Amino acid sequence: MYSQGLIGADGSTEETDRFLEAFQARIDAEEKIEPMDPMPEGYRRTLIRQIGQHAHSEVVGMLPEGNWITRAPSLKRKLALLAKVQDEGGHGLYLYSAAETLGITREQMTDELHSGKAKYSSIFNYPTLSWADMGAVGWLVDGAAIMNQIALCRCSYGPYARAMVRVCAEESFHQRQGYEIMLTLCRGTEAQKKMAQDSLNRLWWPSLMMFGPHDGDSAHSEQSMKWKIKRFSNDALREKFIAATVPQAEFLGLTVPDPDLKWDDGLNGGKGGYAHGDIDWDEFWRVVKGDGVMNRERIAMRKAAWDNGAWVREAALAHAAKRCDTLAAE
Amino acid sequence: MGNETPLWEVFIRPRNGLAHKHVGSLHAADEALALSAARDVYTRREEGNSIWVVRSAAIAASDPARAGENFDPAEDKIYRHPTFYEIPDDVGHM
Repeated sequence: MYSQGLIGADGSTEETDRFLEAFQARIDAEEKIEPMDPMPEGYRRTLIRQIGQHAHSEVVGMLPEGNWITRAPSLKRKLALLAKVQDEGGHGLYLYSAAETLGITREQMTDELHSGKAKYSSIFNYPTLSWADMGAVGWLVDGAAIMNQIALCRCSYGPYARAMVRVCAEESFHQRQGYEIMLTLCRGTEAQKKMAQDSLNRLWWPSLMMFGPHDGDSAHSEQSMKWKIKRFSNDALREKFIAATVPQAEFLGLTVPDPDLKWDDGLNGGKGGYAHGDIDWDEFWRVVKGDGVMNRERIAMRKAAWDNGAWVREAALAHAAKRCDTLAAE
Repeated sequence: MGNETPLWEVFIRPRNGLAHKHVGSLHAADEALALSAARDVYTRREEGNSIWVVRSAAIAASDPARAGENFDPAEDKIYRHPTFYEIPDDVGHM
C-alpha cells in the first residue's frame, strides 16, 4: 500500500463563509465526514484526487513486484510475494471504493490513470533490477507508505480512514518480509550483501521522495492539514521515516547512500535527529511528470491488462442481463 | 448505469454469534461474481465465515440532512433508561 504527498490539488471553494465555518467546526470537533454529508467542493475534489492517486499507486505498485514472482528464490518467498501483490490489488479496490463514495466512477478513475491525467506514487517508475529489490521495496517503500498511512487512519473522511485501518493492519507483513529478505542477503555471501547494498543505494532517495515535496513547496498541504485530511506534514513524516530506518540499515551492516547523514543532538529542540543531504527535486518532478525510467511501461501494462480484460467484463454483464431476462420470463 | 459494472455492498459475519457487518463495496456483474470477489477482497485473513452482498442501488438510506430531526428527539428521553428510576439499595439488584 502506497501513498505520497498530494500533487497539484485544487483547494478552491465557492461556498458561503457560514457554510465553510460550520464545516470547519465539525472538523475541529473531530467529527468524521461521511459520504452524503454536505462538504465544500474543494474538500471533495482534494479527496477524490488523493484517494484516486493512492488507489492507482496500489495497482501500479503490483507491477514491479509481480515482475519477480516467477523468479522468487524459494517457495516461501514466492508465497509471500504472491500474498503481498494480492494485498496491493485488494488495497487498490478498498481505495477505489472509498473514492467512489465522493461521486467519481471507477471508469473515470481508470481513464484518468491511463491517460496520464491522474498521478501515482513516483517510486513505481523505478525498475526492480535484482531480487534484493524485493527486499528493499518491502522494507523501504512499504515502510514509507506505512508512515503515511498510519497518519491517514485518522483522516477526517470516514471511508478513507476506514480503508486505511484495514490497509495498515495488512501492511505490516509487507515491510517485515522485505526486511527479512535484506537480512538473509546481508548474512549471506559477499555477492549477496553487495546486491543488498546496491538495492539500498538505488531505492533510498526515491523512498524519501515518496513523502512528497518540502512543506514550503507543497502548495495545498496547509488546507489539507486544516481539513484534517493530512495529520502530519510531508517533512515531519519523512524525518520520522529516516529516524526509524537508519538504525535498521545499520543492523543490516549496510551504508545509507548519503554522505551528509549524521546524528545531530541539537535537532528537534534538543531531542536529536538525523541531519541529511538534499533530495534531488528535479529528479522527483521529472519522474512525477512522466519521464522516469518505467513510466511508459507501467501505464502500457495497465492499459493492456484493462483492454485484454474487456471481453471478460462484457461477457459477465451479458450473462447477468440474460439471467435477469430469464428470471423475469418465468 | 449504462455499461458500468454494478456496485455491491459487502457484509461479513466475523464468526457465528455475531451479526453481519458492512465492510466495504465492490463492482461485479452479478451476485455470484460479487460473492466471489468479496471473498478475495475482504476475507484474505480469516475475517469471517459468511458473506452477504447486496446491490448498492437497492439500499434506501435516511437523509443525513435530516439526521437532527430524526435522531435528536431521543436525546432528552432519559426516562427510557434504567438509571432514571430510583430504587432503594435495600431492594437489591434489579
